[in-house]
Amino acid sequence: MTMLPGMKLFFEEVGDVSKFAGRFFKQTFKKRLEVTEFLRQCFIIGYKSLPLVGLTAFIMGLVLTMQLRPSMITYGVESQLPAIVGISIIREIGPVITALIFAGKIGSSIGAELGSMKVTEQIDAMEVSGTNPFRYLVVTRVLAATLMLPVLVLLGDAISLFGSWIGVNIQGVTSFKLFWTQVFNILLFSDVLPAFFKSFFFGFAVGIVGCYKGYNSKKGTEGVGRSANSAVVISSVLIFIVDLLAVQITTALGFN
Amino acid sequence: MREANHKIQDGDTGDNNILVVKNLYKSFGNHHVLMNFNLELQKGESVVVLGKSGSGKSVLIKCIIGLLKPDKGTIEMFGENIPDLDEEKLDALRAKVGFLFQSNALYDSMTVRGNLEFPLRRHWIHFSQEEVNKRVINALNDVGLSHTIEMMPEELSGGMRKRIALARTLILNPEIILYDEPTTGLDPITSNEILGLMKNIQKKYNTSSLIISHDMKCVSTASDRVIILFEGRCYASGTYEELIHNTDPKIKQFFQ
Repeated sequence: MTMLPGMKLFFEEVGDVSKFAGRFFKQTFKKRLEVTEFLRQCFIIGYKSLPLVGLTAFIMGLVLTMQLRPSMITYGVESQLPAIVGISIIREIGPVITALIFAGKIGSSIGAELGSMKVTEQIDAMEVSGTNPFRYLVVTRVLAATLMLPVLVLLGDAISLFGSWIGVNIQGVTSFKLFWTQVFNILLFSDVLPAFFKSFFFGFAVGIVGCYKGYNSKKGTEGVGRSANSAVVISSVLIFIVDLLAVQITTALGFN
Repeated sequence: MREANHKIQDGDTGDNNILVVKNLYKSFGNHHVLMNFNLELQKGESVVVLGKSGSGKSVLIKCIIGLLKPDKGTIEMFGENIPDLDEEKLDALRAKVGFLFQSNALYDSMTVRGNLEFPLRRHWIHFSQEEVNKRVINALNDVGLSHTIEMMPEELSGGMRKRIALARTLILNPEIILYDEPTTGLDPITSNEILGLMKNIQKKYNTSSLIISHDMKCVSTASDRVIILFEGRCYASGTYEELIHNTDPKIKQFFQ
């Protein structure tokens, strides 16, 4: 049976990304992690993404609350608004939206940065100078993305809930303390932990795809653009696939 | 004239050779780039490999530095066969080799100082900060650009970038410097300056040079010996003066 060319290319790409990820794990556990570069990447990937993540999280919490309110009033459960918003943000919307924003900002920047380094022979120059470019460029960025996204998700969730509190108070009056009490009363560890853990996988997906696309960028500026673009598209799709798998696993483990 | 080349193909390596390429083959799919290529480089010698664009000159130099793996053949540098070396041994050997990229390959996220310090990274343990600073200043003085130490590559002209790239190749006091098209894309005055620098460096540090070029000014100025790469093979070898008077039409076409 012959395979369609598109399918063949897809499976080849999946195989290449898997090999690339395997190389990442192999290099990560070798001695001499590039600590300075890793911390620099944590600063760029984590700290510098915070304003964008914070802004979108705030708007998301505010809008979600305002959109939910009419339906909650219809069913007479307006008082449950903080609890419903809290559950939906912590369990699903917060991690996924933050990861998608992260993919747009960090996936594209890693893809473009490594892609331009590849086409201008900077990666070859590193290799020639006796530095392992994979360990210096890929391992540090993937680790930073994997570790920074969960932190951003936690901060994003908090900012989002703050936005929600403002949303609640636009058309009603709920004290800050009461709002947070309602949110925390409804939340269980089984809501927070799976959402927190899956964001590590989201971060890893964004980092590894961005690095893979950039590191294997084809010659020319067009190739760099394509690397950045496909890094965002593929990592965004991967985020949804990981999310789908995570919900199956957490259900099987009895968290849902 | 071509008898000089036969001597290489017979495998006579001599005692003073620090680089011996024997029966080298490299293909990309059905495109055979190097076919039974042979080359010798002696200590303190400057050899230019002359060939048309797309004749495989850059592939040859990348095989020599270990960025590409040849299909067949040996590349002995300081008595070690490059294709057989593992990552660690290759890195150690690369410390003795400088490589000047055609595109300069300066790290555009680092200052000139950062670019020059980068090759020392692998050797931090052996160098104190004082020694690192001394080496950076000396290398910049050698190329006459000590005032650019805190500048970013984007602030430099094309000629200055080439000179900084040359300074970076000098930072580890290499025994061999590989030049990939060192004068391509430069105006005649800057080109002459770079060629002058190459000569001075060779004299000062007693380095051996392997220069890949199709620029006749570079060939006439910088070569002790010229090798003509034609159809993947070492077609002829001799001094510039010998080759320029050769009547073979394939050799003549390079000197017209």
